[in-house]
Amino acid sequence: MAEKKLMKGNEALAEGAVRAGCRFFAGYPITPQNEIPEYMSWRLPQVGGTFVQSESEVSAINMVYGAAATGVRCMTSSSSPGISLKQEGISYCAGADLPSLVVNVMRGGPGLGNIAGAQGDYWQATRGGGHGDYRTFVMAPSSVSEMANFPDKCFEVAFKYRVPAMILADGLIGQMMEPVDFTRPEIDLRTIPEPAWALGVNNGREKRMIKSLYINEGCLEKTVIERVKRYKQIEESEVLYEEKMLEDAELALVAYGISARVSVAAMKLARAKGIKVGLFRPITLWPYPKKRLLELSDRIKKFLAVEMNLGQMVDDVRLSLNGAAEVYLHSKPGGSLISAEEVCATIESVVKKGAKEYAAAK
Amino acid sequence: MQLQNKRPESLLDVKMHYCPGCGHGTIHRVIAEVMDELGIRGRTIGVVPVGCSVFADAYFNCDMIQGPHGRGPAEATGIKRAKPETIVFSYQGDGDLASIGMAEIVHAAIRSENITVVFVNNAIYGMTGGQMAPTTLIGQKATTCPEGRTAKQAGYPIKMCELLATIDGATYLERTTVHNVPGVIKTKTALRKAFQNQIDGKGFSMVEILSMCPTNWGTRLDNPSEATKFIAESMLPVFPLGIYKGQQKTN
Repeated sequence: MAEKKLMKGNEALAEGAVRAGCRFFAGYPITPQNEIPEYMSWRLPQVGGTFVQSESEVSAINMVYGAAATGVRCMTSSSSPGISLKQEGISYCAGADLPSLVVNVMRGGPGLGNIAGAQGDYWQATRGGGHGDYRTFVMAPSSVSEMANFPDKCFEVAFKYRVPAMILADGLIGQMMEPVDFTRPEIDLRTIPEPAWALGVNNGREKRMIKSLYINEGCLEKTVIERVKRYKQIEESEVLYEEKMLEDAELALVAYGISARVSVAAMKLARAKGIKVGLFRPITLWPYPKKRLLELSDRIKKFLAVEMNLGQMVDDVRLSLNGAAEVYLHSKPGGSLISAEEVCATIESVVKKGAKEYAAAK
Repeated sequence: MQLQNKRPESLLDVKMHYCPGCGHGTIHRVIAEVMDELGIRGRTIGVVPVGCSVFADAYFNCDMIQGPHGRGPAEATGIKRAKPETIVFSYQGDGDLASIGMAEIVHAAIRSENITVVFVNNAIYGMTGGQMAPTTLIGQKATTCPEGRTAKQAGYPIKMCELLATIDGATYLERTTVHNVPGVIKTKTALRKAFQNQIDGKGFSMVEILSMCPTNWGTRLDNPSEATKFIAESMLPVFPLGIYKGQQKTN
């Protein structure tokens, strides 16, 4: 039975992570994600877990790295500037094949930016962020319920493929309150066997090593190529997206997170004006649902990316379509919220005026 | 003939990569002897640093983990908190612990993490080829201070035991040396105490060990006494041996 509760996005995420078996959390205060460490500080001890307020973001991710090496479900959370600091550790988690969960409740950037919700860390999240060749499984929640239920999916994927996972939320989803359905059943950790690579009390088995240094010629190449095979499996099996009213659409909005919420409202405004608009919402940002997007271009010839940044995901829309359809962008940086009316105006100009006029008007 | 001594079970029979006269091999051996004697090999997890001893994960016969430069105490915190039944040690050099990892070591001590830290101080960056370390002595030459370290340009060598001794959470701090036999014996006693403290749940313990780096000190590889002399004559006055926390200072 699904249980319904009114919760704040950040708290829903924290509770969802605990229900998904998270037993170790390390984090550092930064707005707008403070409810997550605050919630974990009292909630984790209730289930025999551990909360540590670390001295820095760097330390937090490295505590997670250490905890992950023991096979425990563990996580850290932060917001944009703090996530920049964690990139070193995320790269090491990827390089050492350690499943872990990093939550970014994005705020405006660059630099200290502001504390409003924003989507400026898309490139950082989906292109690696830290050094080296690696991928991070990235999910983008667009409701408080998704905040609650995505940690479980992230842990599932992270452990199945031994990769770090990230939830790329934003300050708006993190701070808003909505009714929450915990749709996924609470994990019974006793039913999950300890991973075959986990460090711990050895009971006479061979020693185990967690490492990312492969100094001899060709060894690192071999290791990375082996890992890429898992990335390919993730791309084949773990893509998630949502479609709204695309059946008859002449234009598809493409948006994730809070922008997808605004886009739904814009879609309704445009439909009221007789424009056939639908929404394509990537739920996993890596792997990006590029195959489906390309399929849609058989019928839909105009795609409008809506983002709260300078235009980052629009790159993936273009790469997915590879010239098969026209791609437009409505974006706003600096943590400023996009209004449905603005998006609707752009929809009108794209649809009614056509490509050249739209470009000239810009 | 009766067998007098043998390789500790906690140390694997593999060829080490360390240079002639380096102190790491001796320190590894002493740690392994302590692990054997305390019977903790089967539940010990070692954290190796970035630097020459990054390869130590291949030498110890227990679970081992590598991580980013200087973050050993944070990794050890995560491991120990997630699996309190394990014995966790972090093995770190001076660049790792006292420069890039200064925040991690200080805060692990502040939290009194129940871990054991082995801090190898040879006053130089080894693996990267002899750059100035936070513990490089005034006047000591390094590739980034070719005329010798000056206080005006680079400040003073950091004394970690003295620094951490100001922290309430630091349970046990001792500085030893491996440049002579009595020093090695005292190092073993100190490490034994540092591991025993963790077994007893007493909190943060660190043993700082002065150690030789003939290759990067420019002392003669065919005459190891040049390097041991550097410790005896140059390092000991700056880094006095003794217990800094845990009982009366005895140097």
